[in-house]
Amino acid sequence: MSRIISRRRLIVSGLTLAAGATGIAGAVRLADRYGLIPPDHGGLFGIGETLTYASQRMLMSRQRLAREFGRSDISKVIPVNGRAPKKDAYQRLLRDEFRDWRLAVDGLVARPSSFSLEDLMSYPSHSQITHQACEEGWSFIAEWTGVRLSYVLDLVGADPRARYVVFFPFDSFWESIDMADALHPQTFLAYGMNGQRIPTDHGAPVRLRVSRQLGYKSVKYLSRMTVTDTLQPFGKGTGGINAEYGYSWWAGI
Amino acid sequence: MHLGEPMRHSAIVRATHWVMAAATVALIVSGVAILIAHPRLYWGETGGVGGPSLIDLPIPFLLGHSGWGRYLHFLAAWIAVASGVIYLIYGIVTRHFVREVLPSSTDLVPGSYNAMQRGAYTILVFMIGPLVLVSGLAFSPAIASVMPAVVAVFGGQQSARTIHFFAGLAVVVFFVGHLVMVWLNGFVARTRAMITGRASTEGS
Repeated sequence: MSRIISRRRLIVSGLTLAAGATGIAGAVRLADRYGLIPPDHGGLFGIGETLTYASQRMLMSRQRLAREFGRSDISKVIPVNGRAPKKDAYQRLLRDEFRDWRLAVDGLVARPSSFSLEDLMSYPSHSQITHQACEEGWSFIAEWTGVRLSYVLDLVGADPRARYVVFFPFDSFWESIDMADALHPQTFLAYGMNGQRIPTDHGAPVRLRVSRQLGYKSVKYLSRMTVTDTLQPFGKGTGGINAEYGYSWWAGI
Repeated sequence: MHLGEPMRHSAIVRATHWVMAAATVALIVSGVAILIAHPRLYWGETGGVGGPSLIDLPIPFLLGHSGWGRYLHFLAAWIAVASGVIYLIYGIVTRHFVREVLPSSTDLVPGSYNAMQRGAYTILVFMIGPLVLVSGLAFSPAIASVMPAVVAVFGGQQSARTIHFFAGLAVVVFFVGHLVMVWLNGFVARTRAMITGRASTEGS
């Protein structure tokens, strides 16, 4: 190896470095434009998060389906993770079997609306038997019934500029997903589980189901959802309470 | 450093070795952090508390503290994969694998030290490494939607998790064995060889 750095070599390395820096800056701009940078991209860990999110998003075209199973595969034991909210607003609705419950939809939509449980149940229903894994390591298979999120987004006239949908439940575990998942045919607002209404502790009356991500993205006890083009104004800007607690925003992992 | 000393490890081998060593330590530490959230292993597609388990590891459940573990695990995995790919390409192109890693016919004397050493490296590089990577990918719901075969090959996502655990354990066993062998053969000289690339025949 030569110890003398010639002028020619210096110029070549300088140009390579400049090209590399320009290349990276260009790649970052492109990646952001195509929605390949997650909201928790900051810091050292953010590098890993961005690589995982961008590569998995590029691998999955929108219509890639999560595996579906048969009725005989449905788990006999379905652990409960986190009990139903104790707060009055939720308990009152629960006592009345959610007669006065409404799901509010606002943000970048042409027609801000709110839907009753009856409204949601009157729309074309969709069932699927899918696997759900908790980030802790346990998992189960269940049959879920509900209405596709894309159907509801269509009803309210979601703006084409929108990039995310943010979900606010009665408990504190708010979350968000990108439009690729929001419009996916296996992403839906579920009101039924294994042929019955969703049991209280599993997210009654309506929970989100995002079939290609870990369980904590499937927000329970829904109350409101907002369509947006940026996650900056929500919480600490990292797209959900789980990312604030140190869990990946992108949970296709 | 004397230039007359024989060149033992090339620059690429040395660089990928240390990057991989750092990534492996990070993967083991973060792997344990993730495991203690649910130290129970299952077989098949599903498994959880209240249902049958394959193995209950003698570790208490320390729920809810594996967030940083997962962030670190994925960052270290990307570094390990990048380093592994560079090493694989290098090993094939320069015939490093054929010359220095795969057991040669002259090594195949039962009980010979060289055969065991080469055998251990071969198993790590070509079997445990790919197994730990693919079994890890298999419990990603996103990857499962793109390549269901990755899950099917293990017989379910919980089976993949169990195999990932044992493949990780094999990495730990190799890591400890490797350190013991380096220690027995002169820690300073061997470590110096892996840093500078040159081996002193007299040790140091």
